[in-house]
Amino acid sequence: MQYALLYFETPTEYARRTGPDQDAYWGAWTTYMGMMHEKGVSQGGQALHPGQSTVVRSAGADRIIEDGPFAEAREELGGFVIVDVPDLDAALTYAQAAPCAAPGAGHVEVHPVLQMQTEDA
Amino acid sequence: MTPSAADARAAAETAARDAYGRLLARLVRRTRDIAAAEDALSDAFAKALAVWPETGVPAAPEAWLTTVATNAARDAARRRATGDGAIPTLQLLAEEISARDPVADERLTLILAASHPAIATAVHAPLILQVVFGVPVHEIAPAFLMAPSALGQRLVRAKAKIKNAGIRLDVGAHERPARLARALDAVYALYTVARAAPPSATAEARAGDALTLALLIADLARDEPEAFGLVSLIAFSESRRPAARVDGAYVPLSKQDCALWDARLLALAEGQLARAARHRVAGPYQLEAAIQSVHCNRRRTGATEWAVIATLYDARVAMAPSVGAEVARAVAHAEAFGPAQGLALLAEISGEKAERYQPYWAVRAHLEAASGQESSQAADRAIEMTGDEAVRSHLKAQR
Repeated sequence: MQYALLYFETPTEYARRTGPDQDAYWGAWTTYMGMMHEKGVSQGGQALHPGQSTVVRSAGADRIIEDGPFAEAREELGGFVIVDVPDLDAALTYAQAAPCAAPGAGHVEVHPVLQMQTEDA
Repeated sequence: MTPSAADARAAAETAARDAYGRLLARLVRRTRDIAAAEDALSDAFAKALAVWPETGVPAAPEAWLTTVATNAARDAARRRATGDGAIPTLQLLAEEISARDPVADERLTLILAASHPAIATAVHAPLILQVVFGVPVHEIAPAFLMAPSALGQRLVRAKAKIKNAGIRLDVGAHERPARLARALDAVYALYTVARAAPPSATAEARAGDALTLALLIADLARDEPEAFGLVSLIAFSESRRPAARVDGAYVPLSKQDCALWDARLLALAEGQLARAARHRVAGPYQLEAAIQSVHCNRRRTGATEWAVIATLYDARVAMAPSVGAEVARAVAHAEAFGPAQGLALLAEISGEKAERYQPYWAVRAHLEAASGQESSQAADRAIEMTGDEAVRSHLKAQR
């Protein structure tokens, strides 16, 4: 089964990307991504720019484009990976190993990817 | 209905529930889809009703039902569930199945899967009650202080999540203790639901199921003292059933004739509590059972040691707070130290938690009367929230 792991980070954690311990920050993520790649579960993903997102939605006939989602002092989406693993527990194990799952660093959301149903699953 | 006919009916109902839960557990293992398995099993029972009277009951009825239900699960067009008129016949068929075709019991697998931490904790027990024991949502909801419609929606969502989020049916060794603890909560919830309902053959059967299932889990999980604690707790409660009603009237624990308590169940309860205690790891169920044990000492000493019970409840509330334990603690303190102490503890319980909990209002009404206070509307609320006519009469007489 495929799962999208969405990595959310606190502003403090983002600040580490360019702060004095940026080597430790990037090193932890490199190790983590390398581990998933080595196990053959990662199907790709990307890191995202914090605080640079834009929201698009429609209100009646009007298209609304605005800055956001507003992330001051909140945990924001910092990246994602698609993994292919046997079940939810396996996905949760990889989620728990993420650097941003450490205390105070953020959290990880685990979303099952919508699959076509097979009759004899 | 003659007593023997009533017994036969109760036996048939138990058998139907057993077979239903077991078959559903097997189907879910194949389909991983609880809602679809429920539909398919209804279809299979309906087909059995139509076919078996002509062809005779097959040699392996559960295997027959499993095959038909598996095919039905593959059928894109799901038919409606069978009408109520078919139920008594289904119960008799299921009784026959249960006697002739015993199969491995996978209900525990389903129970542990439903106790996955990715499913909201509040839904674990209701999900198990509905899926494994077939208890209707409107009977489950009051025991969990939820509105039936809201609970129904949460159950639908939980079943969809087990299917779509890829929740594994087999539980790893490191996960087992936490899942077992949740399963025990669910078994106790089953017992509570059974005993909160008006007395009936179904309620009796469910209470019996709860004790059987607690024994089953205790047998499978010999390293978990709380499992023995739960068996003990249920056995204590059941042992006092014969004394709780005299000529149809409800008799509260403190006024019961202890000679009527069931000695065989008391022996089971004390034995299991002693077995749990050997592990030297306390837990909520063991504390509850210990409280029951103190009550039952009245058989020997003629008096209830309320101060001891109050201390045990203090520990129980500190370990795992719940509105039920907090109300019971207030009762114990009132008995030991006076109604004012009890009312003070009741006042600490948040109004939101107490709002839909009937015993809170019954106890409050009782303590207000005992302390000579002008009665609030507590008595009316307690009576209004009681489904059991005997308890209702008891409350009205007190007012």
